[in-house]
Amino acid sequence: MEEQILSIEHISKSFGEVHALKDVSLQVRKGEFLTLLGPSGCGKTTTLRIIAGLETPDEGKVFLQGQDVTNWEPNKRNVNTVFQNYALFPHMNVAANIGYGLKLRKVPKGEISRRVEEMLQLVQLPGYDKRMPSQLSGGQRQRVAIARSLINNPAVLLLDEPLGALDLQLRRQMQGELKRLQKQLEITFIYITHDQEEALNMSDRIGVMNAGHIEQLDAPEEIYERPKTRFAAEFIGQSNIFSAVVRRACGDGTLVLDFAGGTILAKGEGTPGEQVTLSVRTERVRFGQSPAQGFDLQGTVQEHNYTGGLLRTTLLLPDGQTLTVSGMGGGTDRAQVGDQVQIHWNPACSVIVERGEIHAPERACETVQG
Amino acid sequence: MRKNRTILPEMYLVLLLILLYLPIIVVVVYSFNDSKLFQWSGFTLDWYRELLDNKNIQQAFWNSIELAVISSVMAATLGTVGAVAMAGRHFKAKGLIENVATIPIMIPEIILGMAYLAFFTLLKIPFGMITLVLAHTTFCVPYIYINVKARLAGLDPSIGEAALDLGASRRRMFFDITLPMIAPAIASGTMLAFAMSMDDVVISFFATGAETNTLPLQIYSMLKMGVTPEINAICTLMLGAVFLIVALSRLVRLRRRTG
Repeated sequence: MEEQILSIEHISKSFGEVHALKDVSLQVRKGEFLTLLGPSGCGKTTTLRIIAGLETPDEGKVFLQGQDVTNWEPNKRNVNTVFQNYALFPHMNVAANIGYGLKLRKVPKGEISRRVEEMLQLVQLPGYDKRMPSQLSGGQRQRVAIARSLINNPAVLLLDEPLGALDLQLRRQMQGELKRLQKQLEITFIYITHDQEEALNMSDRIGVMNAGHIEQLDAPEEIYERPKTRFAAEFIGQSNIFSAVVRRACGDGTLVLDFAGGTILAKGEGTPGEQVTLSVRTERVRFGQSPAQGFDLQGTVQEHNYTGGLLRTTLLLPDGQTLTVSGMGGGTDRAQVGDQVQIHWNPACSVIVERGEIHAPERACETVQG
Repeated sequence: MRKNRTILPEMYLVLLLILLYLPIIVVVVYSFNDSKLFQWSGFTLDWYRELLDNKNIQQAFWNSIELAVISSVMAATLGTVGAVAMAGRHFKAKGLIENVATIPIMIPEIILGMAYLAFFTLLKIPFGMITLVLAHTTFCVPYIYINVKARLAGLDPSIGEAALDLGASRRRMFFDITLPMIAPAIASGTMLAFAMSMDDVVISFFATGAETNTLPLQIYSMLKMGVTPEINAICTLMLGAVFLIVALSRLVRLRRRTG
């Protein structure tokens, strides 16, 4: 395996009655772009602050480059943070902000101004050294904040929703720049966001967090295609989540399941008679006039929703549940509302996210928007 | 809407300003009057010249300056340290302590004055400059405390955390980041304290000894003989100083807003 740079072991943290983190462990590889993704209040910022040393965990340990730094002051740790609201020093100009870390290390003045100049080049703000933070736009402040935190050559750079306050276009541009910086400097990034698109297109690995623990830690594609938990399936992308009963297991890892008065296939493990919760991405569902091998599921086209690039179709199943399908809207062969269709998908696309739980039939199927 | 604008609001404003400033203007004008009586008999600077020769008034003036500078600086230090320390702490009695610490602003001065008199007598501290400084410092602390506390509450805590994160010790963070950011609040609080100390009569009356006179006390004792043009001249000078300080304080605030 690759070299580990940071390791969090069994961290717990409470604020009064609120359990912000429950037994969280995380290993970060050297040079990787790791994203913690989750809704607000899931504990991702607390995790970051514990790594930075701005919070002390109630239990557990933090190892940085093999050393136990759990009780180290933040100024002793070789990690730096890009704060959500930039946190620039308002009474210092751009050069003084960026050079502050070096000034604290008693680096000679000439060396500081040379390095500051370098950093300004790196974040594409040459000539801005004399400006005050109040004279900069949001995107420029963000670049200064990044330059300021990179000047100490941290082993790990922590970024707490750094693009959250920027508008969509600027955010896309900054995503690309951050990725470029990370590759160029080969610094480990731990990045926090609640924006799934940002997480999917920037990260080497994503940790999906919910209610104080990490639900799944995997590569973006794995997270998207094979969510391990119901929460991961719901939070990222759009899924049909429903329960089905295993009828029998075939030898090749394929399950035959009863669902909505029909038959569907899934890849995975299950014992006959067991009720499982499945997640199927809306764009993986196919429908047409002829049934696919192994599937026997009828539905009626209930409505079409045009959403720009995508056409979202709702299919009504015989037992009253619905499935949502999204696809390209341009085709001429699209089914009319009221048409009877055969529904199917690649068995590998139905992912079992919960096993052995009994769900009330009327709640069994819902479409979740990510 | 019907158009029924009258000049009533304007008249009200003018009347109010006249009420506020007429007595003051009269004092200023009569300080240049070449007569001890109430008729105007020509412009003169004699009263100001006389002021310059009056050793009692000069002594009292320098006493007041000394007192105001020392007590406002001491109050600034105490108030700032207190506000900074309290901002970083959370405990049950915090609200109570903060209230108790700022109540002296609302206590009538006469009661505070009597309290100081009784207290200093009890401690057998000789009355004079020392007791004046102690009393003035005490009643000035809340003004600075409140000012600095409000500024600290408005600060983004992550700015300080960013300094720690970049390698600053907590001490370094305070001097590099926190102090420059609360400096305008300290400055305007100190100016307020200076002004409060400068014009205080009641508390000084109780807290001073026979030897030490402050300017307001001196004016008060001179008034017992009647309003002389000399008093008008002192008052005019003090007014000028007050307007200057107010203007400075506004300037500081303006710079804080734009800076």
